Amino acid sequence: MTQVKESRTAEATRPIEGYRMVEPAVTRDGDTATIDARNVYYKQMNETVRREIAGGAKRIVLENVNGQRYIGTGLTGDAKIEVHGTAGNDMAMFMDGPTVEVFGNAQDGVGNTMNAGKVVVHGDAGDVLGYGMRGGKVFIRGDVGYRVGIHMKAYENLVPVMVCGGKSRDFFGEYMAGGMLVLLGMNSTFEGPMVGGYLGTGMHGGEIFLRGQAEPWQIGKECGIFTADEADLERLRPILEEYCEHFGMDIDEVLSVPFTKLVPISHRPYGKLYTYV
Amino acid sequence: MSYEPLLERMPTTKLPTFADREGVFGADRPRYAEEAAFKIHGGCGLMGICDESGTHMGGEVAIRAMAVQRDRGNGLGGGYAGYGIYPEFPDHFCFHMMYHDIKAKEDAEAIFDRYFVVDLAEPMPTRAVKGISDAPLLWRYFLNPDPHKLEGTEMSAEDFIVHTVMLINSTVDGAFVASSGKNMGAFKGVGFPEEIGHYYLLEEYEGHTWVGHNRFPTNTPGWWGGAHPFTLLDWAIVHNGEISSYGINSRYLEAFGYKCTLGTDTEVAAYLFDLMLRRHKLPLELACKALASPLWSEIDRMPAEEQAVMRSLRAVYGPGMLNGPFAIVLGFNGGMVALNDRIKLRPLVAATQGTTVMVASEESAMREVLDAPDRVWMPNAGEPVIARVQGMDWPIHGDLHLSASEVSCAMTGVEDSCETVVEVS
Amino acid sequence: MPISLIQPEYKVEIDYDKCHKCGRCVQQCGWGVYSFNERPIPDDSKCRACHRCVTYCPAHCITIRKNDLAYKENEHWNPGLRKAVWRQAESGGVMLTGMGNDKPYRNIFDHLVLDACQVTNPSIDPLREPMELRTYLGRKPDSVEVESDGNGGYRLAEGDDIARNIQLETPIIFSPMSYGSVSLNVHRSLAMAAQRLGTLMNTGEGGLHADLYPYADNVIVQVASGRFGVNPEYLNRGAAMEIKIGQGAKPGIGGHLPGEKINREVSETRMIPQGTDAISPAPHHDIYSIEDLRQLIYSLKEATGYKPVGVKIAAVHNVAAIASGIVRAGADYVYLDGFRGGTGAAPQIIRDHIGIPIEVAIAVVDQRLRDEGIRNQASIVAAGSIRSSADLAKAIALGADVVAIASAALMALGCHLCQGCHTGSCSWGITTQKPELTRRIDPEWGAERLTNLVHAWSHELQEILGALGVNAVESLRGSRERLRAVGLDQQTCEILGVKPAGL
Repeated sequence: MTQVKESRTAEATRPIEGYRMVEPAVTRDGDTATIDARNVYYKQMNETVRREIAGGAKRIVLENVNGQRYIGTGLTGDAKIEVHGTAGNDMAMFMDGPTVEVFGNAQDGVGNTMNAGKVVVHGDAGDVLGYGMRGGKVFIRGDVGYRVGIHMKAYENLVPVMVCGGKSRDFFGEYMAGGMLVLLGMNSTFEGPMVGGYLGTGMHGGEIFLRGQAEPWQIGKECGIFTADEADLERLRPILEEYCEHFGMDIDEVLSVPFTKLVPISHRPYGKLYTYV
Repeated sequence: MSYEPLLERMPTTKLPTFADREGVFGADRPRYAEEAAFKIHGGCGLMGICDESGTHMGGEVAIRAMAVQRDRGNGLGGGYAGYGIYPEFPDHFCFHMMYHDIKAKEDAEAIFDRYFVVDLAEPMPTRAVKGISDAPLLWRYFLNPDPHKLEGTEMSAEDFIVHTVMLINSTVDGAFVASSGKNMGAFKGVGFPEEIGHYYLLEEYEGHTWVGHNRFPTNTPGWWGGAHPFTLLDWAIVHNGEISSYGINSRYLEAFGYKCTLGTDTEVAAYLFDLMLRRHKLPLELACKALASPLWSEIDRMPAEEQAVMRSLRAVYGPGMLNGPFAIVLGFNGGMVALNDRIKLRPLVAATQGTTVMVASEESAMREVLDAPDRVWMPNAGEPVIARVQGMDWPIHGDLHLSASEVSCAMTGVEDSCETVVEVS
Repeated sequence: MPISLIQPEYKVEIDYDKCHKCGRCVQQCGWGVYSFNERPIPDDSKCRACHRCVTYCPAHCITIRKNDLAYKENEHWNPGLRKAVWRQAESGGVMLTGMGNDKPYRNIFDHLVLDACQVTNPSIDPLREPMELRTYLGRKPDSVEVESDGNGGYRLAEGDDIARNIQLETPIIFSPMSYGSVSLNVHRSLAMAAQRLGTLMNTGEGGLHADLYPYADNVIVQVASGRFGVNPEYLNRGAAMEIKIGQGAKPGIGGHLPGEKINREVSETRMIPQGTDAISPAPHHDIYSIEDLRQLIYSLKEATGYKPVGVKIAAVHNVAAIASGIVRAGADYVYLDGFRGGTGAAPQIIRDHIGIPIEVAIAVVDQRLRDEGIRNQASIVAAGSIRSSADLAKAIALGADVVAIASAALMALGCHLCQGCHTGSCSWGITTQKPELTRRIDPEWGAERLTNLVHAWSHELQEILGALGVNAVESLRGSRERLRAVGLDQQTCEILGVKPAGL
């Protein structure tokens, strides 16, 4: 063993921090409240959002967002929230009425168990969008990831709608029980196929529309595959028009390619799987 | 001013401390790796960053990326590995050691003295950080195997090091090898990653590649060795998820001489990479395919030659396949590889900016560090993201695009039948 | 004639009020229980409780009861042992029986439980997500050699390492049952089912009947000590060959098919004269040491262009060492038959007292092969009355690659486990050559029932894998960590490599 140096234990200088539990700066202008979320921990940020809405704000602008979670989570009412930056996980989870518009990408869990309202993302979104969604609309401009639209379900007058403008990966619409799920494959930066494997696997309700076609091996065995007919396109049109307006797209171009429709073959796809002891 | 932790730490079960537990070897020598008796579940947030031009970055980029992902952990584990951080000792193996007590240090150093030539031994530089307590003794050693001792065995220097690491971790009570590679080191412990980074003065190190991790263990912590990354030689792995095939992965590795003593599922990933890349000399993409194998239905659709390779790979390395949700970043001298499981049950996103390649569990971590990324994307399930540092030997054999004659040249050593190895990116 | 000391085991009870007097029971019973005199009259002593008559009686008026004779209680001499003495005193013979060991040894499978994933690792939904059961049976190399294909990709360096493995779509195959011990229709059912399922059946030592040639890619041809039906054509026809050294029901002894069961077809298939006894010697007379086995294995490989060769042994005390020797001798798979394995005929004393449980055999063989670094050189097939997909999953977790079923397969075809196989009068038409009985198995129907059974077990296995959080069977294979023992002593736990529940 050769020399042993003295160890250095310097006094702590200002450490590197991520988020801080501080109150964000808020500027108000009429019924708009602008909140600077830079380095603000999600808890404080969301508390401020709720407080402003309770105080009468109709429009909230969140600036410098980077990864804060739970934006719009559990909110009711009809406020509009604008997110500038990268929205964190579980945005609009359990949301029941407001609109959230993201100018940037969203991460995972958008619209998880959402009940009503609207989410618009001018960018890509991650995995597990709209899981258990029951109502409202989610519009994504770009690509989405894995396990998108799992177990969307409709109930009485609540019908969830999700439109993704880019491409999706595996397990799109898995276990679908109700609502409408649309994939356009148009605004994409991903070089793979429009949709992945296990598309609609376990489907037992609702409808999935693809602009174009998928390979038979990609599609779950519970799905019946059809070409969307006039009546289907008539129902799709108003939704796609609303979608196109958000992203400056041309509805005619969107509808210029035949759409594939997937619906469940049976409502009890596993009826013969079990035997009573 | 000392560092204030931002959030309350999750409450831990009160276990007796190491000092007062009766260990296997008597009351005053508790087995340091005793947490290994409990299976420790994989943590929850990770990052990796590599500047392919070889430009060094300060460790604070890793700290900042991990700080943004704070909620993915619970403050009971954080860690980093940096590459290129010891330019003064480029050819020495550097052992980062954790010791429970002085006796463990003496026992480990006895091994070093006997088998190695140690050119520098010193305590790890640290600073006091509020919230970091119960730290073990942290030392580092710059050493090489004693050539006389190495001659007698038929091992390469790397095998010698692996052997020593397994020996110390499984037989020297109270000692743990945190890292054992050249010109790299692992910095880890119990605390939030920002706290750990701050504790180790990470910002004072500069490296071309960093990996970081934030852990969310579900049983009692207290053991600094349980944090990620897990290392062997210069392989460092950070892992998010759980390897449910651990039971068979560890038994498979034991037949090749790796001792899985750490009770964590992540260690099998490190050893599997060592086995496939260093010992079996599999090309990197195929090693990734063996660990995150395509589904048989996919293999059946492949063209014949590729199908034959995949089928063989899966049938031979089946016991090594990692099943369960995972995202892994493997760092090594020369670059890094990020890989997720074959149905992508854990998040992983990637970005590039100039010559910098970065991966993380959340996009926000990358946006914290990269102010204007050229490209942000989600890697496919089972497809690796690979970053290579220019000018460094690619340590992984069977390089991309070697021709058959190059392969035979490498095997026979007959040089005039070789073409120059051309690197195709 | 002296009175037999042995009372009938069962009482056949007919509700004559409901009886149609159709005589169906007389016709259905293979054991000759019924005579008819205006109404069916049962001879209880012949009844074996196979329930054929019960099932086919249109009035559902037959029931079989245990003849509940009171015996003076004696924990040492249970009634069965007393009857055995009386029987042997009467006949001077070795008691013969069929199917598997029915004695109350501790059942290790019933003391093992499986893990499930929660929170820290999610379970997987096998109905909607991929859940892979595909298994390759055979010898695998330690590593894969690849070379660049000049186009940016790779190819295998020395031909296809796995080409000689057999691809199974599920880790369940059918065990060997010889044509002779079972009927040709049973063989046809097994072959058709094996083809549909993408798995294998096994000829047993009775050769391969011509009717099975279309299914030969899903058939393992067995080479047993009697070498029945073995010629180059036979060897080349199947997907693999299996040298039978022993079986779980009768370790160490040979087999004997009485001449009455050798009809024309059996004789052709076995290539022995009609009416002669078919005797399988206890050892292969050309295997007296391990190097002889190696010689035989390679002779088979040479004769067939190196098709895979497996070796079937009974699980006995030093099964780990034997298995290691077999693997080193060049076998592509080792078939372990536990002491509960079934048979068409075996001495009861051998069946019930010789051999060790398959759970332990799998565990020690798997561990020994790993300790020696040769585990990948052969697959392990485990058998011995595997009863359910739970046994299957536990066997795989202990280390088996594949499980073989025979008793369960025969039960799928109607067997009620009455242990009357050795008489050749099976009412269900399974273990008999009598044409009036064998025609009771329609191969199409049989194939469907076997396919149903294996499908059901495969689905259940997928559910179990899903609960374990893995989506491919190779991640459970050998993963003792996913098992825990309940109510097993510590030493057994150590031998199995399984921790007690709670740890």
